[in-house]
Amino acid sequence: MIKEGSGIRKTDVINRRMFIIGAAKIIIFTGIVARLFSLQINENKKYLTLSDKNRIREWKLPPTRGNIVDYFNNVIAGNLKVYQLHIIPEQVENFNYLLTRLKILLGLSSKKISNIFKLKKKLKPWESIIVSENLSWSQFVKVNNYLYDLVGVKPVMTISRNYPFKDIYTHVLGYVSQPNENDILQNEIIQQRFVPGMKIGKIGLEKTLENHLIGTNDIQRYEVNAYGKRINQLEYQKGEQGSKIRLTIDTEVQKLSAKLLTNKAGSISVMDIYTGEIVAMCSSPSYDPNLFLFGISKDEWELIRNNPLKPLINKSISGLYSPGSTIKPIVALSALENNIIKPNFKVRCTGKTELYGQTFHCWKEKGHGVVSLKNAMKQSCDTYFYEITRLLGVDRLKITAKKFGLGEKVLGKYFKNEKQGLFPNTIWKKNNLGKGWVLGETLITGIGQGYTQTTPLQLCLMTAQIANGGYSVEPKIIVNNDPINFLETKKAMEEQSLTNSKAQLFKNQKNIKIVQDAMFSSTNEIGGTSYRSRIDDLKYQFAGKTGTAQVKRISKRERELDLKLEQIPYNDRDHALYVAYGPYKNPRYALSIIVEHGGSGSKAAAPMAKKLFKLLVDRNELREKQPNFEEINI
Amino acid sequence: MFQHNKLNSELSFFQKVKNLDYILLFCIVLLSVISVFVMYSTDGGEILYHTRSHFIKLLIFFPLMLVVSFLNIKFWHIISYFFYFTIILLLIWVSIYGIKVSGSQRWINLYLIVLQPSELMKIGVILSLAKFYHRLKIEEVNSLMSITIALTMIIIPIILVLAQPDLGTSILIAASGLIILWLGGVKIKYFFISFVSFLISLPFIISFLKPYQKLRILTFLDPDRDPLGAGYQIIQSKIAVGSGGLSGKGFLKGTQSYLEFLPEKHTDFIFTLFSEEFGFFGSIVLLMIYIIIIIRIIRIGAISRSNFAKLFCFGYAFAIFIYIVVNLSMVLGLLPIVGSPLPIMSYGGSSMLATMIGFGIVLSAKINHKQTIS
Repeated sequence: MIKEGSGIRKTDVINRRMFIIGAAKIIIFTGIVARLFSLQINENKKYLTLSDKNRIREWKLPPTRGNIVDYFNNVIAGNLKVYQLHIIPEQVENFNYLLTRLKILLGLSSKKISNIFKLKKKLKPWESIIVSENLSWSQFVKVNNYLYDLVGVKPVMTISRNYPFKDIYTHVLGYVSQPNENDILQNEIIQQRFVPGMKIGKIGLEKTLENHLIGTNDIQRYEVNAYGKRINQLEYQKGEQGSKIRLTIDTEVQKLSAKLLTNKAGSISVMDIYTGEIVAMCSSPSYDPNLFLFGISKDEWELIRNNPLKPLINKSISGLYSPGSTIKPIVALSALENNIIKPNFKVRCTGKTELYGQTFHCWKEKGHGVVSLKNAMKQSCDTYFYEITRLLGVDRLKITAKKFGLGEKVLGKYFKNEKQGLFPNTIWKKNNLGKGWVLGETLITGIGQGYTQTTPLQLCLMTAQIANGGYSVEPKIIVNNDPINFLETKKAMEEQSLTNSKAQLFKNQKNIKIVQDAMFSSTNEIGGTSYRSRIDDLKYQFAGKTGTAQVKRISKRERELDLKLEQIPYNDRDHALYVAYGPYKNPRYALSIIVEHGGSGSKAAAPMAKKLFKLLVDRNELREKQPNFEEINI
Repeated sequence: MFQHNKLNSELSFFQKVKNLDYILLFCIVLLSVISVFVMYSTDGGEILYHTRSHFIKLLIFFPLMLVVSFLNIKFWHIISYFFYFTIILLLIWVSIYGIKVSGSQRWINLYLIVLQPSELMKIGVILSLAKFYHRLKIEEVNSLMSITIALTMIIIPIILVLAQPDLGTSILIAASGLIILWLGGVKIKYFFISFVSFLISLPFIISFLKPYQKLRILTFLDPDRDPLGAGYQIIQSKIAVGSGGLSGKGFLKGTQSYLEFLPEKHTDFIFTLFSEEFGFFGSIVLLMIYIIIIIRIIRIGAISRSNFAKLFCFGYAFAIFIYIVVNLSMVLGLLPIVGSPLPIMSYGGSSMLATMIGFGIVLSAKINHKQTIS
């Protein structure tokens, strides 16, 4: 019975102790429920976001670049479908076999094969390896035919930049290629939109207008697992193509310019004298920008880089040349404007001028005799200009030259590689060379030699501003939302009622007329330096000024030898220049032509102007019909 | 008294069936069904290895539970020590010939089944201590001798399990054993003193922990210190539970588990998946099922005449409670990560075997609740 009794007491102990634990259990369970409540109800939003962040990943695809079109809306930089070949390693059954097959099918090099193996090790098994970026159609068809045997191979169609006019627009447009680290770091927009395989502008307008052209990425949203493997696509968000850029350039004129400069080094620039629109800007020789799209081969690159005619330089804006006699209209104008000479001022040319024991030669050894301003321009008499420059002084000359755009960037906003050029004066020499100005230097500056360096586009702008009656125009190469109305501008210039007083570059418009007349006679009167290139038809008739720029000092011996062009080594030959505007009766276009080491301006450069003006005038009507407005703010 | 005993021990089969606790049984079946569906979800909505294997185990172990329940509670009283020592031998066997998986040597390959004896020890320690305290006179409960024996019975398996190493299971074994000491009437003072001295010696214990165990504790204290390494499990688990919200993402729609962000989703983190898919409501329902099970077990203990059955039931109810609390606290980021399965729900044969044997003994206690044991 004792046992029984103690048994009862023990049971009491057990039950009591159980009760205590029971209370503890309730408290602990309550705690767990509270925790569940706080996680699932209170912080639900936070964890839902985290869960989505876990599972959803975005893949950016390369954006589609905006087209660049010419004035007539012809695409000059567009997008082309290209065929690519990708391998997805995790789907491949036998990697070695696959590559052997591809090697034979596509003729891949052994180096390429070993590169693919290297890539395979670096990438995750579900990340695709790009075997070929640009398959030809026949290769693409071949791969598709054998696809049953090429497990893990994915033929892909994608979009790539394309320059249909190949080399004629290279220097204006530049080209696109793979960005390097610097490109990405320097441009925030590229940084945001960069995806492997994307191409960006490396030079030219493609680079300058990158932010307009680039477009926005297509975005694919995928659900991924913990290892980053894509499980299924949730959404495909189409990006926006980059803005269309319309240039002021006319492909036909650009084409002709390129043709005229074939096998020559040089530049042709054409400008609307009222609106400042650049109708052509061509630099020769050029190269095919399409070569850079998929990585240029080393051989091709070396060929371009080592070409002695320097195709990589955009000569229209980065080539620096002595203007030679093409400066003479400005010298004459400056002398007239400063009342140094009267229009009927005459000088006797004997073929040379002596100054402080130094001889300054006229190009015509025998001399021109007594010449007036008009005749001096017409025959490009150096002696006349020695004399008036001496009277004028270089400092006053520079003021006029600067007004007309010499020594100033023309399109610096769009082309980072544009050169400023140089028009000297006494202060410049003192500051930069530390020496005083010598009068002899004034004389050679007056015939466009010496320190003066100009770009072809500057000469074109200078000519345009003489042609329109002495008003400044702002050169433009892109049609934007700020159009210049040709008729209004022309009317305002003719009536001298321009609101912008800065635009007027002269004191007395008669002086401009005198210079224009002189340029006319230089082309259209017997004895003029470019008389042989004239067009008699009034519709096309133009006025111009030749120039021949020495690239080295001519020694006495050479002067006596009077060598023919072919007998002089290429690099010692003179640059041939020509500036002109037309049609004379109702001017509209100005141009500048430079043929490096082409010899004399009248023989090498002026004949090109004849062909150009024919085309320009013929196309003028078509051009005027095109709207000069685009909804873009550049 | 003899007669009384005899009468009870000779219950007919139908009386036994009648005496079963159907509420408890229903809860176990319900839990089993839920567990199969959740396992199906962990397999990504397909009947794959885990689902199949879990289902087969249920098909074997559920009848086994019924067989166990039909054995008289006296039988379990008799074989308690034998059961305990057999598992001790198995644990020694494990430490010599066991299978090693990712650094832990916990399993014996019995060809038909890979057994984890430490799981069975969770039951074994309750069973043997229940017998020990059943037979101990109340006056002797707080004697040095009896406390030493009881503690030794707990410490031996713990040392063997810790050596595997398996911190989670040893903690559960310790908790299961200590609760019987508590129920048996060991003075509260002793518990208090041990608890204080445990706290004091904690730094020394920590210095004995394996580096990965230390890391787990550090990670628990601040999961963000290594979000992709040691903290990953806790963070992902909290994201899964938290994103479940009120009603969950829906069956088979738990992105965290489906997309493999959840670690150990078949075993220790099964609740996370459940909670992600069924939300707060689902979790509460699941918790309610467990609470009902615990209450039913306690009730069976309360109506049992023998102290052995009482001690076992109360002890087992507490053990189930501790398993759930440790597991849930772990996946909810309230405790450091120690391996501990959720009864029935988690994938794992030995754990289910032990749980089912436990339920079987409880049901046996219910059937024979009038049985006294001398």
